Amino acid sequence: MATASLHPGYTGPVRDRVENFNGAQLVYVHWEEHLNFCSAITLPLPPQTPFAALTGEILPSLYAVDPEWADVDLSKARWMLDGADWTPDPARSLADQGVGHKSLIRFWTGPSATA
Amino acid sequence: MTPRKMSLKQKYGAYTRGLDWKPTYQREDDIFPFAKYEGIKIHDWDAWEDPFKLTMDAYWKFQAEKERKLYAVIDSMAQNNGQLGITDARYLNAVKLFIQGVTPLEYQAHRHFAHLARHLPGAGLRVAAQMQSIDELRHCQTQIHTISHYNKYFDGIHDFTHMHDRLWYLSVPKSFFDDATSAGPFEFLTSISFAFEYVLTNLLFVPFMSGAAYNGDMATVTFGFSAQSDESRHMTLGLEAVRFLLEQDEANVPIVQGWIDKWFWRGYRLLSLVGMMMDYMLPKKVMSWGEAWETYYEQAGGALFADLARYGIREPKYADVAKAEKGHMTHQAWGIFYNYTHAAAMHTWDIDEAHMAWLREKYPDTFAQHYEPRYRKWREQAEEGKRFYNNGLPQLCQVCQIPMAFTEVGDPNTISFRVSEHGGDRFHTCSDGCKDIFDHEPEKYAQAWLPVHQIFQGACGGATLPEVLDWYHIHQGADNMDYAGSPEEEQWNRWMEGRRPVVPVAAE
Repeated sequence: MATASLHPGYTGPVRDRVENFNGAQLVYVHWEEHLNFCSAITLPLPPQTPFAALTGEILPSLYAVDPEWADVDLSKARWMLDGADWTPDPARSLADQGVGHKSLIRFWTGPSATA
Repeated sequence: MTPRKMSLKQKYGAYTRGLDWKPTYQREDDIFPFAKYEGIKIHDWDAWEDPFKLTMDAYWKFQAEKERKLYAVIDSMAQNNGQLGITDARYLNAVKLFIQGVTPLEYQAHRHFAHLARHLPGAGLRVAAQMQSIDELRHCQTQIHTISHYNKYFDGIHDFTHMHDRLWYLSVPKSFFDDATSAGPFEFLTSISFAFEYVLTNLLFVPFMSGAAYNGDMATVTFGFSAQSDESRHMTLGLEAVRFLLEQDEANVPIVQGWIDKWFWRGYRLLSLVGMMMDYMLPKKVMSWGEAWETYYEQAGGALFADLARYGIREPKYADVAKAEKGHMTHQAWGIFYNYTHAAAMHTWDIDEAHMAWLREKYPDTFAQHYEPRYRKWREQAEEGKRFYNNGLPQLCQVCQIPMAFTEVGDPNTISFRVSEHGGDRFHTCSDGCKDIFDHEPEKYAQAWLPVHQIFQGACGGATLPEVLDWYHIHQGADNMDYAGSPEEEQWNRWMEGRRPVVPVAAE
């Protein structure tokens, strides 16, 4: 439904359009069942970022402050992209496998990866 | 002949009736452009009955009396080192949150009630809005004057209006009020006067003022008292305004119900900051958030909505969710602040054993199972010299702008993620309540200035955290970080050491 407005048909600027992020797109990542990290984390990433860079560099830089991270084997993690099960290919880029602007990536590690 | 003295009712009538005239060379719709577009129908503005019938002369007299008392207390605080009377320096963080988050809203309320005092077509309601506008300005001023005493000694208070416009957690109250002031006059009345000042106000003012009283903060108690009689007038205005809208036309009922649903949920989400303050930031606790919610919402609100049922109004949508979440909400909010204290203009700290025991007692079904282990893990890390800070920036809800930390009802291990599509973009919300609000007016919320996204657009002073904190005007190493090791802790301990009674030593 449209916004109730003095001027019918009113629209405003959408502040978070992808073109406002200097070539990057926003991606949210969330390590499930580790709510010491209070919420999902926002990342500005070039769409061509390989998935392997996410798992190899970016996620460790965020989550290694949790001692449990040392035992995490991301090759065995279970992934979800925007609400659907997802089997990412480490060699391909995020954009190539459906990660868009403001996509949400959730992952489960340890016993719940296989649940 | 001595002039006949008018009764209060006559005086009020003279102020509010028969003042308007039928315009001849301007269209009424041009004079009051905001009056109709929301779809609210008013047939008889004179049916508005102000329950207080306050006239300007009486108003000045009451307010002047209250000001005299307030400034006497402020002087006494200044002369007697009133800051030493508080229970603990940690308490002051509640005051910081208040002046950063709430005081600027008083000013916003002042501005917008002045707008209503111009733009409502009925003179009676215009006068009530005018009085409230002056009240709100006075509240803003008295809060600033009172809290300025603490600014001499404590961090994080020095630039609260600047911070209110920029900081990630202060975008929560700011965007709440921006939402209300950018709505039409009747939605504003329903949101601020009814949903916030009537339905939820006790959950804001009682905890802050009783919290202040319990913790030796005479300053806050005094401005609280000074505002209290105004607040009761505002509450009554809110209820009467909603009744007036409902009585004027049946077609108003579904519109008002939609606003009640929306603003209940927005107000409830905003109160997560207050709930966190109650459960975590008061060294001497008043009551838990869970208890306050039961008393002030479930019981009082239940009676209110039972009363409004005769107009066809039901309880706000998702009140059941608020009830189901009450054992979780404040712990999750504290978790957010603990994660991001390095980017906040206030402190958080380790929850000690006595505090944990209190939380276990108040939240027997949730605390020990879900939150205590988290705090113990954080404590272990802090003891190893690795105090936990989150290195990433949080995902924010598009509507309430709170980091998306709230969990699914009945599943406290799983974050509640909601998403909507609009104009080819995704918009994330934290709950069904916030998603409904987005989906109802996507053009409005798609414009949200989300602090985290703004940082990544390069709009907040730079790409590094220190640059952003400079842009926030946070004094790094003083305003932010854990209380343990802060300049405030050091200062407080020194003060308390100085006040320890000296044990006489016998002469050799």
